[in-house]
Amino acid sequence: MKRTVILGALMAAGFSAGAASAATLDDVKARGKLNCGVATGVPGFASPDASGEWQGFDVSVCRAVAAATLGDPMAVEFVPTTGKTRFTALASGEIDMLARNTTWTFSRDVDLKFDFIGVNYYDGQGYMVPKELGVSSAKELDGATICIQTGTTTELNLADYFRVNGMSYEPVPIETNAEAQQQYLAGACDVYTTDASGLAATRATFEDPTAHVILPEIISKEPLGPLVRHGDNDWADIVRWSLNALIAAEEYGVTSANIDELLKGTDNPEINRLLGTEGNLGEMLGLDAEWAVRAIKANGNYGEIFARHIGEDTPIGLARGLNAQYRDGGILYAPPFR
Amino acid sequence: MTTLTDPPKESFRLSMLLNDSRYRSITIQIVALIGFLTLIGWLLNNTAQNLADLGKEPSFRFLTQPAGYDINQMLIEYTNQDSNLRAAFVGLLNTLIVAIMGCIAATVVGVIVGVLRLSNNWILARLMTVYVEIFRNVPVLLWIVFTMAILIETLPAPRDFRGDTPEASMLLGDTVALTNRGFYIPEPLFSRSLGDVSLFGQSPLRFDVSLDLIAIMATLLAGVLLAGLFAKRADRIQAATGVRPRTWHWRFGVIVLPTAALLAGLGLHFGYPELRGFNFQGGTYMRNSLIALWLALSLYTAAFVAEIVRAGILAISKGQTEAAAALGLRPRRIMSLVVLPQALRVIVPPLISQYLNLTKNSSLAIAVGYMDITGTLMGITLNQTGRELETVLMTMLIYLVISLVISGAMNVYNNSVKLQER
Repeated sequence: MKRTVILGALMAAGFSAGAASAATLDDVKARGKLNCGVATGVPGFASPDASGEWQGFDVSVCRAVAAATLGDPMAVEFVPTTGKTRFTALASGEIDMLARNTTWTFSRDVDLKFDFIGVNYYDGQGYMVPKELGVSSAKELDGATICIQTGTTTELNLADYFRVNGMSYEPVPIETNAEAQQQYLAGACDVYTTDASGLAATRATFEDPTAHVILPEIISKEPLGPLVRHGDNDWADIVRWSLNALIAAEEYGVTSANIDELLKGTDNPEINRLLGTEGNLGEMLGLDAEWAVRAIKANGNYGEIFARHIGEDTPIGLARGLNAQYRDGGILYAPPFR
Repeated sequence: MTTLTDPPKESFRLSMLLNDSRYRSITIQIVALIGFLTLIGWLLNNTAQNLADLGKEPSFRFLTQPAGYDINQMLIEYTNQDSNLRAAFVGLLNTLIVAIMGCIAATVVGVIVGVLRLSNNWILARLMTVYVEIFRNVPVLLWIVFTMAILIETLPAPRDFRGDTPEASMLLGDTVALTNRGFYIPEPLFSRSLGDVSLFGQSPLRFDVSLDLIAIMATLLAGVLLAGLFAKRADRIQAATGVRPRTWHWRFGVIVLPTAALLAGLGLHFGYPELRGFNFQGGTYMRNSLIALWLALSLYTAAFVAEIVRAGILAISKGQTEAAAALGLRPRRIMSLVVLPQALRVIVPPLISQYLNLTKNSSLAIAVGYMDITGTLMGITLNQTGRELETVLMTMLIYLVISLVISGAMNVYNNSVKLQER
């Protein structure tokens, strides 16, 4: 199953001469659709809703980029990828960008030849256990059986954590979040580990979320962000600044509700440049002046997206924490639009 | 009057390459060969060019770097600080163990089902038909996932064994625990063990071989060979006098007694699983991923083997059976002495393909999280290093070698059972 995907990608790499170096923006425009790699289904981050439409925090990034480049936030072809297939899909050109809870690491950036264009969620790896086990700290997990999604950084973090603490464990490698959930709920593993946000998202779908606790230890830094292939810097710039536009919009108080009002002109030059009423930032990107307006209108600014999909009022219930604007005690900090 | 004259000797002209039927086929073959080689060359060149454009020239250095991940089922000692090559070796052994267990189980089940399908017992024969049709008409991946789901959902979790009034209890006098993480069974231990011998020093392919196991295997083998001599002697006496001496107790004795003596000498005792901490500890732990994969692969392949066995038996003409019956042989002896030896000639060649299929199908292991060569080298290692081309090529090569070894060994066996023509 996975084999065919990889072989297909290899064949694609063999047949499509120079596909990787062609201008991605031209390809996207010619196709009229943005091919965006997402997770196979993580509630709140990327999952199809009742009407089959993809919804979620990561999905919104894809929609913003599609709105900025193609003018239509719905012009996205979502390609569900697993932890194992995502990089091959991106490297082979099957997808134009990947927005799938992917941790920005040195080797992925440098050795795998990708460009991480920013961070849309600062996360860390955590553990979830059933309350009835009476475990209150990760240090008590010696000898536990742990479900883990294979092909992710969590696999390596877990190995490091148990080695450093001199504990043993039994890894149960699993392909997708849904299978992990099934095994964890049946008691085939004591612990489920993944990014803390993913744990919260998974727990929200349980019949009785209160019967499970997320342990206080966060054992790693997991800056999650969208990424593109090496080699097409123009395209990387477009994706990077589409994300930055969402973050900056929250900082400047630009929301999907007041954006039409602000478009008439404001006395804040930062907002004017962002919205294209002043300067020629869009032209520099190879887009029109209203690119950022469309990106923000697609799903609202970063704060609106966060609140709608994973915020405290949703079943997932994540606090902003590190992901608040730098002025509010977080570390979200968009470079200046100038 | 007609005279026959030699056709005029034509000197070779270039157009003859196309127009002369003597040369045409060679011309076509050479052109096709050039075209084929060009296509291959173009593909290789293109791949190399694209990888170079991506800045990912093929390199196998990742094999010596630390793997960084843990593997649950290890037949050899391995830590996450060992190299990727070592991790691949662990995966390879896991592939081999499920392939060997699968081939044995598939053969046993397949032969029994194939013979029973021809049984005169109507219900039995129909039941076997149902089994064959159900198993061979559903993709093996579904069987693997289905078996795993059954194991996970129906068996109790280890924590159900805990407490004063546990929901689940161990079987066979508290020696076997069936949980939804796998089966814990007693493990043989030796108090006066001969120790292990380490092979290949410090290389990534190093492994230990238990001397106890070698000693037991050698004793068993010697016993079986000796028993064979007894049977040969019985054959000779029967040929000379027509009366077969009773030798089964001798044959049984030479196999069992020395082995039993050796086991007693080594101080055989059993380690039983008991619940400690999160899991059972002690005993041999067969993970449910191994059990699910093994059961599904062998039951699926057994359905095909059963059909091959049935076809082989039906290929033996009815006259053979009737002739044997006329000589007064009982049905069981007709099957084992007359029909099966001849049927083997028909059975073995397609059986090789089924063994190869089973081995290759074991690459679906990742569906249940079994860490075989596909899960380690072409799974986690590929993912963490991003070396798609290298790992996929290596994995293909490994499967190729395994398959060639299996078919080579089976061909040797086939040569020994095929009709000896003189």
